[in-house]
Amino acid sequence: MIDHNEVLDALSGVRDPELDEPITDLDFVSSLEIEGEVATIRLRLPTYFCAPNFAYLMVADAQAAALSVPGVERATVFLEDHYASGEINGGVNEQHGFDGAFPKETESPDLEELRTIFRRKSFVSRQEQLCRTLRAAGHSSEALARMSLEDIPPSDEFEKYLERRAELGLDVSAEAPPVVDPDGNRVPEEAVVQHLRFAKTVRVSIEGNASLCRGLLSTRYGIPEREEKTA
Amino acid sequence: MYEKDGEKYFVVDGHVHFWDASPENTTNKYGEGFISCFYDYHKNLSPEEYVWDYAKYRKYTEEDIIHDLFEIGYVDKAILQPTYLTDFYTNGFNTTESDGQLRDKHPDKFVLNSSFDPRYEQKGLEDFERKIEKYGSTGVKLYTAEWRGESRGWHLDDEWSLKHLEKCIELGVKNIHVHKGPTIWPLNRDSFDVADVDRVASMYPELNFIVEHVGLPRLEDFCWIGTQEPNVYGGLAVAMPFIHAKPRYFAQIIGELLYWLGEDRLLFSSDYALWQPKWLVEMFADFEYPADPEFDDYAEITPDVKRKILGLNAAKLYDIQVPEELQLVTAGQDTGFDVDEKPAVER
Repeated sequence: MIDHNEVLDALSGVRDPELDEPITDLDFVSSLEIEGEVATIRLRLPTYFCAPNFAYLMVADAQAAALSVPGVERATVFLEDHYASGEINGGVNEQHGFDGAFPKETESPDLEELRTIFRRKSFVSRQEQLCRTLRAAGHSSEALARMSLEDIPPSDEFEKYLERRAELGLDVSAEAPPVVDPDGNRVPEEAVVQHLRFAKTVRVSIEGNASLCRGLLSTRYGIPEREEKTA
Repeated sequence: MYEKDGEKYFVVDGHVHFWDASPENTTNKYGEGFISCFYDYHKNLSPEEYVWDYAKYRKYTEEDIIHDLFEIGYVDKAILQPTYLTDFYTNGFNTTESDGQLRDKHPDKFVLNSSFDPRYEQKGLEDFERKIEKYGSTGVKLYTAEWRGESRGWHLDDEWSLKHLEKCIELGVKNIHVHKGPTIWPLNRDSFDVADVDRVASMYPELNFIVEHVGLPRLEDFCWIGTQEPNVYGGLAVAMPFIHAKPRYFAQIIGELLYWLGEDRLLFSSDYALWQPKWLVEMFADFEYPADPEFDDYAEITPDVKRKILGLNAAKLYDIQVPEELQLVTAGQDTGFDVDEKPAVER
């Protein structure tokens, strides 16, 4: 017997790549049904014209997450109410890939490059949040530049930062510097302020988009707007 | 003109539509999806008393637009921005031709912009020239994500787009409004990428590129381009209504924009009938940053900064006459980056 909550928990590991939040927190999972060894998941998005590439990634990731739960032999994911629902659902559930789902509309077969761009943005944004907290606790920007990861006290924010950092394949060992660019290069002391200033713009953009999308989803489906978790 | 607390503001609404998405004019499910998506934006971000019913939203009248903009909305001049979408709507969503009829009835109220689609190549170029001669537009609105047959969009630096932009220079069309929407070829890339704006803005310094909805959802990429290119402007369509529904987010956006672009390159707009200028103007005149450390590094928004954003910046781009008493009270200190000093940030 497959545990419903276990599948939901797996789905909470799937993020909207652009909004950097779990699809479960965003209320994108509209239903989950389990029958025997088969999981059926329905996803919904804030608009009919949401970018199909991100939609595809979420549908594919949701399927993989469900299949990662022991006992789930088949997982079917349906994206609802989207102009490209047919293409995306077919592409994922019949394993045609993104390129196969949109045969004349892509230039290369997968979406990994796109995913990387947004992982880099997520990391920059999480880094800014962490540094903001550290600065509020009295660490100067110069001190941040000289710190190592081991100097940072544990927190939820720090954990998210480390997760995003590891996803990019960057060094997460104790001695590694926390203020680095998305390629892992240490940001020199004199450039930290400017680096974090631009990082703030990235964070504002991601948080704002997430807030707008929550609002649109709630309007579209007539459901209460989920409270934003300050991650 | 709007007056509050002894401050007077000349108002140019930089982006308005007179659209027809009535069921009779809607061709297919994509047209239904498009207007329904617009309606969700309208409902989600408007104060309740300004929400229309869906039937009116799909097609409103000339009396509505005149009333909402000029009788109660404080607008001195509104810029009509056509959006064709003829693959979704039989006679188009709003075209230069349909907007032109409205402008011709009220020439003192509206500025009429036109448009081009480079995918029509040589024939499009000739039609565009005729259209500019007929309507006398000095600006265009371009929608790069527009579907046309099998095509899902185009880029500003495509070969035929460059030919059209050169034609703009030749014909004295100097204001290029760019609207980035989702779903553009190739689909495996970021659909909202604004890099092509950067390239054409460098190529044609004599043109002004007004990026609509300030590059949202890629605010950071847009801000970056804004620091590099002095001829890139931010149109505040879609960003403005956050002032009511998401005031904290609005404060962050406007703070970021003033920090990176400065007060001389931002243009107010309602995107009517998505939202109405009346409440946007009223709330913007009252706007202050929340008292919170998050906002400490933003420069103050003085009444003169608001005057520039609400109308004076657009008036300059479109050579609109502004009465003496509505000009700046004091010469403002620009708050943005000096574009000669490019910030050394790794992206």
